[in-house]
Order: sequence, then structure tokens, then C-alpha cells
Amino acid sequence: MTDHSLLQEEGMYSGHVGCPGCGATVAMKFALRALGEKTMLVIPACCWAIVAGAHPQTSLKVPVLHTAFETAGAAASGLRAALDMQGDTDTTVVAWAGDGGTFDIGFQALSGAVERNEDFIYVCYDNEAYMNTGVQRSSSTPFGARTTTTPGRGWKQTRKKNIVEALAAHRIPYAATASIAYPDDLMRKFRKAAALKGGSRFIHVYATCPTGWRVPSEMCIKTARLAVQTRLFPLYEVEDGHRYTLNLDPDPPKPVRDYMAVQGRFKHLTDADYEQIQEMVDEDWGLLKRKIGAFGNPDAA
Amino acid sequence: MTDGNIKFVQGNEACVEAALYAGLDFFAGYPITPSTEVAEHMSYRLPQIGGKFIQMEDEISSICAIIGASLTGHKVMTATSGPGFSLMQEGLGYAIMAEIPCVIVNVMRGGPSTGLPTAPSQGDVYQARWGAHGDHAIIALTASNHQDVFSITVDAFNMAETYRTPVILLFDEVIGHMRERLTIPEPGEIPVVGRLRTSVKAGIDYHPYLPREDGRLPMSDFGGQHRYNVTGLVHDMWGFPSNNPSVVHGLLRHLVDKIKNNVDTITRYKEYYLEDARTILISYGSSARSALHIVENRRARGERLGLLELQTIWPFPYGLVEEKCEKARHIVVVEMNMGQVLRAVKRAVHHPERVVLANRIDGVFITPTDIKNILRLIQGKGV
Repeated sequence: MTDHSLLQEEGMYSGHVGCPGCGATVAMKFALRALGEKTMLVIPACCWAIVAGAHPQTSLKVPVLHTAFETAGAAASGLRAALDMQGDTDTTVVAWAGDGGTFDIGFQALSGAVERNEDFIYVCYDNEAYMNTGVQRSSSTPFGARTTTTPGRGWKQTRKKNIVEALAAHRIPYAATASIAYPDDLMRKFRKAAALKGGSRFIHVYATCPTGWRVPSEMCIKTARLAVQTRLFPLYEVEDGHRYTLNLDPDPPKPVRDYMAVQGRFKHLTDADYEQIQEMVDEDWGLLKRKIGAFGNPDAA
Repeated sequence: MTDGNIKFVQGNEACVEAALYAGLDFFAGYPITPSTEVAEHMSYRLPQIGGKFIQMEDEISSICAIIGASLTGHKVMTATSGPGFSLMQEGLGYAIMAEIPCVIVNVMRGGPSTGLPTAPSQGDVYQARWGAHGDHAIIALTASNHQDVFSITVDAFNMAETYRTPVILLFDEVIGHMRERLTIPEPGEIPVVGRLRTSVKAGIDYHPYLPREDGRLPMSDFGGQHRYNVTGLVHDMWGFPSNNPSVVHGLLRHLVDKIKNNVDTITRYKEYYLEDARTILISYGSSARSALHIVENRRARGERLGLLELQTIWPFPYGLVEEKCEKARHIVVVEMNMGQVLRAVKRAVHHPERVVLANRIDGVFITPTDIKNILRLIQGKGV
């Protein structure tokens, strides 16, 4: 059943200073709708540190702790523990970080926090590069992408780090992927994460960056949807590190080229490159399906 | 010189070209405003010359990667800004202790913390000096225009090799991002100091930390002919850890003296109209551009104003400042912080009460008008 009271609650003001078509702002809008006003955000250096905005253009209605780049997991740990000391158990502490602050510089603090099973939700809105400093590669940048530090023929030759599996390996209560193109699924996951209070919850949100991916701003949602429809970004959940649930099975899937060819960052790729990437996507999907087959959640709908 | 040597570039790019001129072939870094263009330009330029560019996962890794690469015999650099420079401090201390040549670029922005990522500041002067813990000496250089960025960057590599030490390049956001004409010198025009390698043959005992008579320590490419130990612990001449008091004392003295005893060789500066100057401006980095503008304007009107532009900040050239300021009635330190070089200047001169500060700390580039206002105050004219 849909909770209409929550759906009407907007955590963002209209208007923000993000780029046109920014997927990360779409992610925040739906996340805050699901989480409600008793939420605190811990935001390290990332696009959202800017999008949150200077007064009076601030775009958020909830309190924000804008922390140092590498510290979202640590700052959120301290905040949560201190709120508990004060008897405030209602407030949901949410660390909200980009892929650089999650996959790279913030990974140590995140890994430390979830190993302690800190009671917060960690959200990585993933736009697959350091967009705030002008599109440098991160360990979330996919194979084949050109960025300003993987220029020309030096486009990125390594795979994207699989962050959800890394978090699931910490055996946290809840790790999930979500996409801005599937808002119902995304909000359900945020509500589920909030309800699983008591331990670390991680949500990996795929968030198109029209500026860095070089797609027209109106293609924001469509591009994110194609990532799911091509099986490049599967929507799934992992509970307690071993109970896998696939939320959507695009069958038959679209070729991965349909997703990549609309983006300027992949413009240089050849047919052979696309074949190699399709093989990687098929392989990743096959691996995920095997895990679901072996460790599927019997309670899943 | 050909037209191809003339470029219109950002200071960050000038620094990259100079590093390549000095023989750099390894760079590890991490994006941070306002230094990111150094990494971006390196990612484009290094593969062209068969060098290695690595984008690391943070600044801690960046400095540690260049330390490893330097040991194996490469000329190395990393680039960052305030928050990243803070993260690099442990690695910096390690490079000081293990005596590993490397260059660290800090394109200063407003601080502390995240501060003002896109605005200029010169607030890291003391962090460069004392950011790493423990007694140590450090070399920190700066420049006020792109041609000087080029030559001082080559100097930084030369000093890193000569003294087996990390050298910090303290640029600022204005220098890093401003575009200006740069003429790339022909090879050989600026001398380049190569790695001093030991003449000790393979199989013969090599002492990585035994200074020659001139104080220099020949290196052996790590993993090459000689097996030796490198550590951040206090170590003896073999590089093995030691807490023998005389070894501890000797090492600390060596680390400080090798730089302290060569202040005159390390000092780089420029002077304008100092011979008869009654009022001397002391400045560095982008602030020196505004200071020079004022000095040239006032000289045209016959006022006895001069400029001492420091390019070596650390070790601080106390002797030079004392000598140049001997006859000055007023000394105005022009910088974008709350008086970091001012403090050193006051310690250098005979009459510290004659030293005043012209500064801005609001994220806005200091203008000639800002300096003019201070000069009016000194002259009793009011603002």
C-alpha cells in the first residue's frame, strides 16, 4: 500500500543550483519523500555539497552536516552515536555521497562504519566520475569511458568497482541498488532501509550526469532507464550479505550499445569494444543470476 | 627559439611543462580544485613521452605512490590543494625522514577545511613549514608569473635531487588558473640536476644514508643493484631502524642541517628598486603582481618604493631580508593570509615595529588599491 502522507512531503524546495537534468537531484527528491522530515544528511565533498546551496538558495529542508571528503561514514557514525546518547532514536541519519566519496577516498571510513554495523543509511548517488571538479575518472567510472584524466586513446581500461557486492561482503543488514528511472522501486527501498533500523544500510543509486556523460539534459531519466533495461545496472537487494532478490528482469534485455551510444563519453568506442563490453555485462549478469539462484530470498515476492 | 615554444597556458599547465622539462616521468594525483588541471594535463602529456600517470583514490595514496616511484629512480610529482595537502602530511614527513626526492605542488585555496575551493589564498605557508610532525627542515618555493612558475618548478626538481628531500611548490589559485604567455626554454637553457647514483658496485656494501663529504647522499635505484632498507623509523646509515641516541641525534641534525646550511644556495628572489627604497614591499606568489604594479606606478612619480619578491619561502631567507631592509623606514608585507610571512619578516629585521601587513583574507585577490590604502595610512594620509 502506498503511503500518501509521505508522498506529499517534499524534502527539497523547488529550484536548485545543479546542472540541468541532474540525476543526483532527482535521487534526493525521491529519497527525502520516502524518508520524511526526521532525517539528517551527512554530505561530504561532492556535487550535492554545492547543490545543497548557499542561503537563501538552499534546496534542502532537512539539516545538513557538510563534512570533509573522506569522512561521510565516520561523521555519520559520530552523529548517530551522539543522537542515541541523547535518546533521539527517531531521526534517520543518512550519509549522502557521490561515487568518488564512496568508492575511492571515503571507502575506508565507510568500510569501518559498516563493519561496526553503525545504525545509518549510506547512500551513494553514482554519476560515475568526479563531476564536481570537472569529470575526472573514479573507480566507479565504467570501462570504455573518456574523462579528463582518461583522455584520448587512454580511455578507462578497467572495470567499474562493484560497490554493492563489496558492501554485501561486510554482511550488513541491507544493501541495494536503485535507479532514478524507477522511482517507485527507489522509494520502496528507502522506506525499507529506514524500517530496517538498527544496522548499516547501503543504497547505490544510479544517477545520470548529463554534463559529464555528455547527453542532452532531457535524456537524464531515459539514459538511467536504459542502464537497467540493458542489464548494465541491475536492480536488486542483498539482505544480511547473502539473501539476494532481483527486482526487475529485463527479458529480453536491450543491447548495451543502446545505452552507451547515446552518450558522448563512449563516442570513440568501436564495434569490437562494444562486443567486449557486452560480454562483460553478460558475465556480470550471469554471476548475479547465479547468486540469486543459489542464495535467493525465499521470502521475496 | 621557435614559435612552437610560446604557449598561452594556465599556471597549472606551465608547472606540468616545467616538470617534464626537469625530467619527470611519473605522476600520481587526485582531483582537487584549484590544482586539478595539473593532473588532467599530466594524464594527457605523460603517455606521449612514455611516462606514467596514475589517478589514485586519495591524496594519502598519491604522495605514497610517488615516494615508491622516486625510490626506483624516477623523477616524480603530485599536485593538490589545502584539504589534500593536509592528507599528505604523513607521507611528506615520511619522504623527509627517508630522504626521498619528490615535488609536491600545493595550489593554495581559502581554508581551513573545505574553505573556498575556487578562491585564492596564501594561507598554507606555515602548513608547508610545520605540517609534518617532528623537527625537520623543508624547502618551499613559489612564483608570481608563468615564466617563473616554469623556472621555479625546474628548480624544485633540482633541489629535490640535490638535497634528497621533498620540495613544496606553493602556488595559489590565481597563479594556477590564470592564463598567461609562457616561453618554453630550449633543452639545456635551464640546468637540470639528475639523480646522483652511487658508484658503489653491485655486491659491495652500499650505505643509503651515509652522506658524502659534500653532504649529498648518492642513491641506488630501489630493487636494483643493492639490497637496502627504507623506513620512516629513525635509522642508521644502512637504513635499518635504530634508537641509539647518537644515531637519533645525528640523523635529526643531518635532516635539518642539510637544508639550513644551504639557505643561500636555496634562496631565490627578485628585487625591484631596492637600492634607495625607503618603503619596501615584501611579497610572493600572485600578491607580488599587485605589489609590483604599485611600485612601478610610484617610481614613475618619483617615490622611493621598492619590492622584494620572495620565491624561496622555506627555508626563510632571514639574512637576505635583514640585509635588504636595513635602510628601509617602512616594510609592508603583502600576502593573502593573516600575516604568515609577516611573522618571519619581523623576526628577520632589526626594527620589527616598522613592519606592517597589507593583506586580504576574504577570498578576493589582493589589488593595488588594497596596498595603496595601507601606504596612505603609513604616510599619515588616512584612507
